[in-house]
Amino acid sequence: MSVQDKVIEIIAEQAVLETSDVTLESSLEDLGIDSLGLVESIFAIEEAFDISVPFNANEPTASDFDISSVASIVSGIEKLIAEQT
Amino acid sequence: MTDKRVVITGAGTVNALGHNVDQTLEAMREGRCGIGPLKVRDVERLAVQIGAQVQDFGAEQIFNRQQMALFDRFTQFALVAAREAIAQAGLNFHGDLSAKSGVVLGNSGGGMQTLDENYRTVYEDGKNRVHPFVVPKLMNNAAASHVSMEFNLKGPSFTVSSACASSNHAMAQAFQMVRAGMAPVMITGGAESMLCFGGVKAWEGLRVMSKDACRPFSANRSGMVQGEGAGVFVFEELAHAQARGAEILAEVVGFAMSSDAADIVMPSKQGAARAIAGALENAGISRDQVGYINAHGTGTAANDKTECSAVADVFGPHADDLMISSTKSMHGHLIGGTGAVELLACIMAVRDGVVAPTIGYEEADPECALDVVPNEAREAKVDVALSNAFAFGGLNAVLALRRF
Repeated sequence: MSVQDKVIEIIAEQAVLETSDVTLESSLEDLGIDSLGLVESIFAIEEAFDISVPFNANEPTASDFDISSVASIVSGIEKLIAEQT
Repeated sequence: MTDKRVVITGAGTVNALGHNVDQTLEAMREGRCGIGPLKVRDVERLAVQIGAQVQDFGAEQIFNRQQMALFDRFTQFALVAAREAIAQAGLNFHGDLSAKSGVVLGNSGGGMQTLDENYRTVYEDGKNRVHPFVVPKLMNNAAASHVSMEFNLKGPSFTVSSACASSNHAMAQAFQMVRAGMAPVMITGGAESMLCFGGVKAWEGLRVMSKDACRPFSANRSGMVQGEGAGVFVFEELAHAQARGAEILAEVVGFAMSSDAADIVMPSKQGAARAIAGALENAGISRDQVGYINAHGTGTAANDKTECSAVADVFGPHADDLMISSTKSMHGHLIGGTGAVELLACIMAVRDGVVAPTIGYEEADPECALDVVPNEAREAKVDVALSNAFAFGGLNAVLALRRF
């Protein structure tokens, strides 16, 4: 499974949606994922890819991990996988 | 029956700023920071490696071998703080006073050090036997029970657990009991010791902990920092205290509690505002009498913005005249013990006319545009001080103190 498909699967499960409802352009807010849902999604992503995501809920824009859309999350994870493996 | 007036006649503490009240208040006046590198087993496996630990506590010099076998670190802190508070009050409990007086303490995690050590024993080391006192050592009420035993307190005693508001809820219970005439004296406050591998690891998960410093209300804040310790007070009926010529530190004049009934972690402005306004109403004081608020001020974006907004809503134009500081920037967040240590800053404000600062303040945040007493303590005549506590789970408790 590609990184993109796995991320969409994780986000869809968190949002209680079908994977077909999650597009690359969707924001987490559009999908109804709140702050707790975001923290849980990041945990699932870290577990799935064995990476560490630099995200602090107090300063979400402080790291270059961009959570503004599904596409930006996917590219952020691909970058982290390249850096951390 | 008319309400009794309730005063504080003794105070004690152990926290990262000091092993007693004098050391702690001196550190608050100087704006000293008790946060430093965390010294716990397996710290290298933690993402968060700072905390406000109690340094050089020397428990082995304070307690004997039998006591050490029974006292988790949070109980040790509570006992040392209770000894200081009760010695200052000059009370001996016997007869009717003993029968009616009790202990209500706040605590959230119970004996976390004991749990952590013994989980290692059975899970990591694979042993099939643990020390026989694990249960009496880790139970949340151990500290309250040992205080009752050491001081012969035979009235109502129990532990209140409402996460970060535990101490304030506990002190509200004690206050109510004395005010209602149920008990002439109540020992109250709270204690916590969660700075162990499992305790910090659990907190890391929420991604609200800072890796460098606690900077409440500062635009560049990066989250909360955990502390440990205890604060214990003697709440006494005014007539009882005056009859024996006791020194009075401050009067407890009111409290209120509210529940957000909304979210398990995100705070609600309305819930916080109802607790603040409720405490003023309960105390029968007007908004313009309040000179200082010891904020919940965790240094998380969610708390600080919500709390400032709630204060602005309740106080209207007077919000710009009062001072609000977060001493968590110095002693860290003591979770179930935090309100008790923070009440010391309120006592210092009304009794000594010194307002503790919010240290680590670097950049103004337009969403926290109040006088947060940045970085340096300030002299001011304060008639009434409030202490805010807003817990995970949406449980809020606010206390009001008045200069006596």
